[in-house]
Amino acid sequence: MKTYHSLSAIQKDIKEGKVNCTTLVQFYLKNISEKAHLNAFLEVYEEEALAAAQAIDQKIAQGKAGRLAGMVIGIKDVLCYANHEVNAASKILSTFQSQFTGTALQRLIDEDAIIIGRLNCDEFAMGSSNENSAYGPCLNELDNTRVPGGSSGGSAVAVQADLCLVSLGSDTGGSVRQPAAFCGIVGLKPTYSRISRWGLIAYASSFDTIGVFSKNIPDNALVLEIMAGADEHDSTVSKKPVPAYSSLLNFNKKAKVAYIKETIHSEGLNPEIKERTLATLEKLKQAGHEVEEVSFPYLDYILPTYYILTTAEASANLSRFDGVRYGHRSEATGDLESLYKKTRSEGFGEEVKRRIMLGTFVLSASYYDAYFTKAQKVRRLIKEKTEELLKDHDVLVMPTTPTVAFKLGEHSSNPLEMYLADLYTVQANVAGVPAISIPNGVDSQGLPIGLQIVGKAFDEATVFAFADYLMQNQLN
Amino acid sequence: MSLIHKEMKKVDHDTLKKMAHLSRLEFDQANGEKMINSMNEILDWVEKLNEIDTDAVAPLITMSEEVNQLREDVVKEELPHEKGLQNAPKRDSDYFRVPKVME
Repeated sequence: MKTYHSLSAIQKDIKEGKVNCTTLVQFYLKNISEKAHLNAFLEVYEEEALAAAQAIDQKIAQGKAGRLAGMVIGIKDVLCYANHEVNAASKILSTFQSQFTGTALQRLIDEDAIIIGRLNCDEFAMGSSNENSAYGPCLNELDNTRVPGGSSGGSAVAVQADLCLVSLGSDTGGSVRQPAAFCGIVGLKPTYSRISRWGLIAYASSFDTIGVFSKNIPDNALVLEIMAGADEHDSTVSKKPVPAYSSLLNFNKKAKVAYIKETIHSEGLNPEIKERTLATLEKLKQAGHEVEEVSFPYLDYILPTYYILTTAEASANLSRFDGVRYGHRSEATGDLESLYKKTRSEGFGEEVKRRIMLGTFVLSASYYDAYFTKAQKVRRLIKEKTEELLKDHDVLVMPTTPTVAFKLGEHSSNPLEMYLADLYTVQANVAGVPAISIPNGVDSQGLPIGLQIVGKAFDEATVFAFADYLMQNQLN
Repeated sequence: MSLIHKEMKKVDHDTLKKMAHLSRLEFDQANGEKMINSMNEILDWVEKLNEIDTDAVAPLITMSEEVNQLREDVVKEELPHEKGLQNAPKRDSDYFRVPKVME
């Protein structure tokens, strides 16, 4: 079977009888087993996926198939799927089986997407390289000595290596866009609250979003369109109507594009990425679009703001893992308090413990105002300044990452070095706005470079259309 | 004005012990030392925020602009008893089991 890179090509060939869901699933299963060394999947739902494929093939024959018939999807190990394990790549949730299916995932299944397995990631989505997984690192397919990025590393590699057509990840500070850039694919973080978080294991609730990996914009847009929207199980999800993104991809106007000078002139930016970004901006100018340099004075303050607020939220969210109701429980005997302490100390990895400790620190009475309240104030400044820039422009364009995919172990001994991998992605999460990473060529070693497009809150339609325009016209 | 003094290390052994207890975590000597160092390094780094004057800025405490729309409170069985207990590391027929709390 040939390798497909879009749902439209699959659905066309299904219609013409050249392929069916069963052969598609068999194809991906074969790839998964041949590329098992990448450690992308933590579990493969082989029999189930084949059974679902057969059922959907029948629905297709009867003309009753859903909009995603033919789409094979992998899901990050932080999404709840009824009667399936979900571990957040942590030992503390080993053997945990979800009792329900999250809203976003259920909506995809209802449109006949086939779920082929769950994907490796950093423990509780905390990391930028997938090296913090309790189940071992996931490898970048292009160079197995390099990381795929993180935290949704397995989800990125699954699409990169054709182990499924589309995958779901989650993005709290760049966890979809950064691995998408490192793997040379498309990765979307929608507006905060655009998709229900019911069934998404929480890391930092005021930042977390489900995100989508794909090889093209139309597939990504269709998946968001189906997942997004009101849900009675999430009181924070937006009730705004969901546009039909996949049919709004025609970008036929002169765009007003801004680029933030601090992102381009930032010290840590790899010169080849800088060059590719400037080249794209130049091509946009040549094509008649308005490209303006703007200043964003808070660039170096975004990551500190992010780490104070997310660790605080994580320390609260992760207090539920106590060994009483589910997950790992320490074998050590003792009283209830020592059961909690031993269970959590055995179950959580080092980075998760560090974030819980930092979060506890910044929320403690003596430091609350100096750190937590201070960061909430700076968050407002960052959000308002970002919105101001977006008021006068359709999109902001910048590099997705300061570097290309780095080597395994290169930053794992220094947390701060690792945190800087999210330098450009974290702004969209702190401000709550949508952003996408699309491929922007490769460096001299052949490693992928990502270009990030940031849009106004709830204006995914423009972000998608502009990204598709760039990809279709090879301006990226 | 900064409330924090740069020269002072924020996290020492006592602070680590206190935070670990509040976090319900334990660290041995070596890991405790490592944690102290990385926490201090990160806290020094985030103090960069003190360069920004925020005296006239209100903290941002919610990311949603939409007013809560409450749904009807309908009694439903969202999680049947047996399913609720299915992941328990230790249980009996009705309850989660924990070590004895009262003497």
